[in-house]
Amino acid sequence: MTTTTRTIVAVTAGLSQPSSTRLLTDRLVADAVTELTTRGVQTEVQVVELRDLAHEIMDTMLTGFPPPRLRAVIDAVTAADGIIAVTPIFTASYSGLFKSFFDVVDSTAITGVPVLMGATAGSPRHSLALEHELRPMFSYLRAIVTPTAVFAASTDWGSGATTDDLAGRIRRAATEFSALVAAHEQPAQPTSPLGDFVPFAQQLAGK
Amino acid sequence: MQFGIFTVGDVTMDPTTGRTPTENERIKATIQIALKAEEVGLDVFATGEHHNPPFVPSSPTTTLGYIAAKTSTIMLSTATTLITTNDPVKIAEDYATLQHLADGRLDLMMGRGNTGPVYPWFGRDIRQGIELAVENYALLRRLWTEDVVDWEGQFRTPLQSFTATPRPLDGVAPFVWHGSIRSPQIAEQAAYYGDGFFHNNIFWPIEHTRQMVSLYRQRFEHYGHGTADQAIVGLGGQVFMRKSSQEAKREFRPYFDNAPVYGHGPSMEDFTAQTPLTVGSPQEVIDRYATMRDEVGDYQRQLFLMDHAGLPLKTVLEQLDLLGEEVVPVLRKEFDSKRPAHVPDAPTHASLVAKAGGAQDSTVYAPADDVTGASPVARS
Repeated sequence: MTTTTRTIVAVTAGLSQPSSTRLLTDRLVADAVTELTTRGVQTEVQVVELRDLAHEIMDTMLTGFPPPRLRAVIDAVTAADGIIAVTPIFTASYSGLFKSFFDVVDSTAITGVPVLMGATAGSPRHSLALEHELRPMFSYLRAIVTPTAVFAASTDWGSGATTDDLAGRIRRAATEFSALVAAHEQPAQPTSPLGDFVPFAQQLAGK
Repeated sequence: MQFGIFTVGDVTMDPTTGRTPTENERIKATIQIALKAEEVGLDVFATGEHHNPPFVPSSPTTTLGYIAAKTSTIMLSTATTLITTNDPVKIAEDYATLQHLADGRLDLMMGRGNTGPVYPWFGRDIRQGIELAVENYALLRRLWTEDVVDWEGQFRTPLQSFTATPRPLDGVAPFVWHGSIRSPQIAEQAAYYGDGFFHNNIFWPIEHTRQMVSLYRQRFEHYGHGTADQAIVGLGGQVFMRKSSQEAKREFRPYFDNAPVYGHGPSMEDFTAQTPLTVGSPQEVIDRYATMRDEVGDYQRQLFLMDHAGLPLKTVLEQLDLLGEEVVPVLRKEFDSKRPAHVPDAPTHASLVAKAGGAQDSTVYAPADDVTGASPVARS
């Protein structure tokens, strides 16, 4: 019997140490891995702390090419079967670091890739930032975003079990995500390592 | 192997003095730099083409024509000629004229340009950059190789019975390179025609350059122009030298830190590790650039960017002395000794004329000029 393996890259943009954004990321990863295991799917998980790459991300903005460490991360994100993306909410939106990372990833790199979004903030009143800031960004990138996105305000970390508590939301999102990841097929490799190109006779047709 | 320099033509403040040269000073400095390049034994001087400040070279054939008149051996070229937004008819006419005036010491490098608004300023759409490069260049080739052209395309008004004058010198069009940093379509275009492929190389890691060149070489062979290692490859490069490594780093650092393109970004140490920029002694430059053939195979042309980021003219001229006297002779010997006999040099006017079976200048040798089929001279 062949076992199926899917790779998941979790991108987490928390700045403090320890970080509640990382805490939420770890919970999402754990539930996703459990769900996939139940489905008979093995997982390889890489968690990326964007804070560690902050200078490289900005250098890439300025030079146009990623330094080696960031390049390895971009390659991993590009090759992932699923992406868990978690950001703190700053000034009513994703953090600049989080956005900058996705700005230096090629605009077609995560086309068709399942994405589970999460966000943290001090106040529950930021919760819809996931829907009106992050979801459009991933739609632009043509990623497949789960219907459930997980928002954790500070108070969520101390709330007890209710019908729609943090743990329940994480579980629901992880279930949706796992179904998409399990079904994800890697696209065909491009013509060259640099991407597809049209044979010249075809480019020239009609010229 | 050809060695030379290419200039972007940027007017940039010298960060160590706070002074920005005038456009007049920059244009005149460009001439002096080109003359110096010939004096120190370099083979090629190439200028960029830009249509927005802070750049001065909007009219490359004017500048190159002036340089042609003041020099006798150096090859003149472009880096790059905007094949997307220029009318291919005007390129054919301007550069054929320059080719005559320079006695064949001319080739060109086609590029698409990287300044978004230049496209709409010239009535084009940047989203059609590749299509423009493909159609315009196909027309340019016909204008140079066919005396009378009927043509219709997507981007310019049709031509019926059109002759681009003057015809190329000796009936042989200038050699063409295609420059691209990351478009495989352009490597494919260069390979299809058996033209040269140039990778700017200076702002990117060498792994990337290697992949682009490798694609071009494979496709060159695919189209039957020769084996992959016979494809005509050029690379950019960027160096700053002083006698000692420390001296070079200390002097260049403020220019690096404030340079357009990469300034205020990575450290000079990171950038020199990740790209071909080399700041150090002439020997360090030799060591670094000797490795380029390990990356891309035996190649035909190496151009260096020497006059950017606000470096004063005096410094640039000193750099050219070091490049011409200490670096290039060593690299030339090194590359020449390692290159197998079946790998050709970059084509020159002389080699292209020989390949065509001799010079065929219609207006000189034909009984009637084969452009109009008639001759102004009465026949006896």
